[in-house]
Amino acid sequence: MAGQVMNIVVAGLGGQGVLTASDIIAAAAFAAGRDVKKAEVHGMSQRGGSVRTDVRFGATPDAMVLSPMVTAGEADVLMVLAADQADVHRDVLRAGGALITPEAIDADRLPHPRSLNVAMVGALSKVLDFDEATWRAAIQAVLPPKLHEINAQAFLLGRSG
Amino acid sequence: MSTSARALLSGNEAVARAALDCGVALGAGYPGTPSTEILETFSALGGYAQWSPNEKVALEVAIGAAFGGARAIATMKHVGVNVAADPLFTAAYTGVSGALVLICADDPGMASSQNEQDSRRYAVAAGVPMLEPADSQEAYDFTRRAFELSQQWRIPVMVRVTTRVCHTKTVVTPRAPAGPAAPPHFQRDIKGRVMVPAYARPAHRRLRKKLAELAAWNETCDLNRDYDGGAALGIVASGVAALHAREAAPEARILKLGFTYPLPIERIRTFADGVERCVVIEEGDPCLVDGLRAAGIEVEGKAEMYRFGELNVERVRRILSRDESPEPAPPPGKPPQLCVGCPHRVAFETLRDLGCIVTGDIGCYTLGVLPPFEAMDSCVCMGASIGVGLGLRHVLADEQARKVVSVIGDSTFMHSGITGLVDMAYNRPKTGHVVMILDNSTTAMTGLQEHPGTGRKLNHEPAGQVNPEDLARAIGIDNVVIFDPVKERDAFVGALTESLASDRLSVFILRRPCLLAAAKLRRYTQGGQE
Repeated sequence: MAGQVMNIVVAGLGGQGVLTASDIIAAAAFAAGRDVKKAEVHGMSQRGGSVRTDVRFGATPDAMVLSPMVTAGEADVLMVLAADQADVHRDVLRAGGALITPEAIDADRLPHPRSLNVAMVGALSKVLDFDEATWRAAIQAVLPPKLHEINAQAFLLGRSG
Repeated sequence: MSTSARALLSGNEAVARAALDCGVALGAGYPGTPSTEILETFSALGGYAQWSPNEKVALEVAIGAAFGGARAIATMKHVGVNVAADPLFTAAYTGVSGALVLICADDPGMASSQNEQDSRRYAVAAGVPMLEPADSQEAYDFTRRAFELSQQWRIPVMVRVTTRVCHTKTVVTPRAPAGPAAPPHFQRDIKGRVMVPAYARPAHRRLRKKLAELAAWNETCDLNRDYDGGAALGIVASGVAALHAREAAPEARILKLGFTYPLPIERIRTFADGVERCVVIEEGDPCLVDGLRAAGIEVEGKAEMYRFGELNVERVRRILSRDESPEPAPPPGKPPQLCVGCPHRVAFETLRDLGCIVTGDIGCYTLGVLPPFEAMDSCVCMGASIGVGLGLRHVLADEQARKVVSVIGDSTFMHSGITGLVDMAYNRPKTGHVVMILDNSTTAMTGLQEHPGTGRKLNHEPAGQVNPEDLARAIGIDNVVIFDPVKERDAFVGALTESLASDRLSVFILRRPCLLAAAKLRRYTQGGQE
């Protein structure tokens, strides 16, 4: 029987790092031993269009994820990398679900302009129950070594914000 | 199983891993969303994989490998199977001596396709067994089982995946790799492989006998699974739709079909008899519903409105409650567009300004249909720009005919533009014609894959190179010209204007690398590592 599932939707525009952000979230859940599914649509979205990914993982180690997609009105968290995408995707949130927007991050303190996505994962990490080592492992699993340090900084900026 | 073997893989990565683990000697395909990453991953893992010019050639290469006793995999998107259908139907007759698995990736909802055709129809039409995985673990397991089935029954096997299976990452525990495959060896079998009518007639009977045996075998096959539930509601489902159904109706009794052609009819009949209401949950066409009703099994299908697009948990709930009220409109996302600085922009600005009738093709450049260009009048299938353009040239009065231009990308030209160009040289319209090849030196739309025109193999190592200009000149096109659309814009516009006014056959090659590929191209040409 499927147990409780955590539903996260990440949205933004092509080129903003939506896929990388959701890969890190999924990798963290995976590293924590949870069942996890991460769904996305490639293709036309690469050309600057809207991009949305769904990450679902078991709230406990024995919970199982069935459908790979988050049902409208059932997302626990909606994280948008572009402020104007919040309204576009707001209907995925459940009542009381959390909306995380780029305002969560002080852009002037980003270690690199393109690290907003990982900084926002840091902001998201505050509402999830994975420890910092798990997140570090996830960042290292997803990104090439030369990007580990700068993204670890970006992550901590979001997590401490 | 130890958890150390767990991996988080996309369905495409899982298929590639399975191919490697069961000793596949050759993978061939043509890039197409959502199938592209299968061969790229197989190659990165150390397998031999190649991009063929199109899916027909890819499947033929895989058939040849399987005739030689090897295990081979061919990968393509759903519309690619249309291109490969000719060899597919007859390979079902010949069968194989090694093993042959065709992965076809359907795109319900058309995230990146020109139609949402349902490949399950091909399994029935060609007489080829079909497996339908629902997640990455099944993509791994079913691919391995497909090779075992193919080898055992000496028949090509199709594995149908969909966008949500290909591009969803889920947890996979791979099995131990199979032992080394028998070395490929050709053994002559003239009556089995030369499909002249006298040999094809018994081959068709052999195929039907195999399928009857497979249908009987499938009745107890563990690729189909039961999930317990009450007798009030039973659901028959396949693929990712079965996962939506399990979530939408946890109280239901569910028969999840993994081996969907030929169907385990008696098992389904028993299941349906044991529940008060039996609903079929399937994405796309009503294939299962039709098949079950034809066998006299009473099942309820979905309303026609759910034939369009992907299913999800909410839509399955609506199907189960027979809700046919209008669905909420999807959020108005930002549409994709040609990149700022994309060299294709020059072509479409020019075609727009010259008021051309533009027959288009499949690729990034199809975005030339959107504002501010709106410089495309048709897009049908890979390569159709040339044939459709010629058809218009033949029937339109001169004034309109002279405005017709066929626009095609470099990879699409290699895929199926060449035969169109041969038709142009052969059946020459009296006003001539203009074909414009937008050559950005890559297959951009699907993520920058190589093709015969780039002179590099799938893994980006050097390969033979086919130049469109040499081809065009060799078949007798009057006027073959090459421009850099950014650096030589004025010269290009002048030459195009002049060609449209003439009766010549012209091929314009607008050659400038894709912006997104430029850095990679520099690395490949400098011999650097990717």
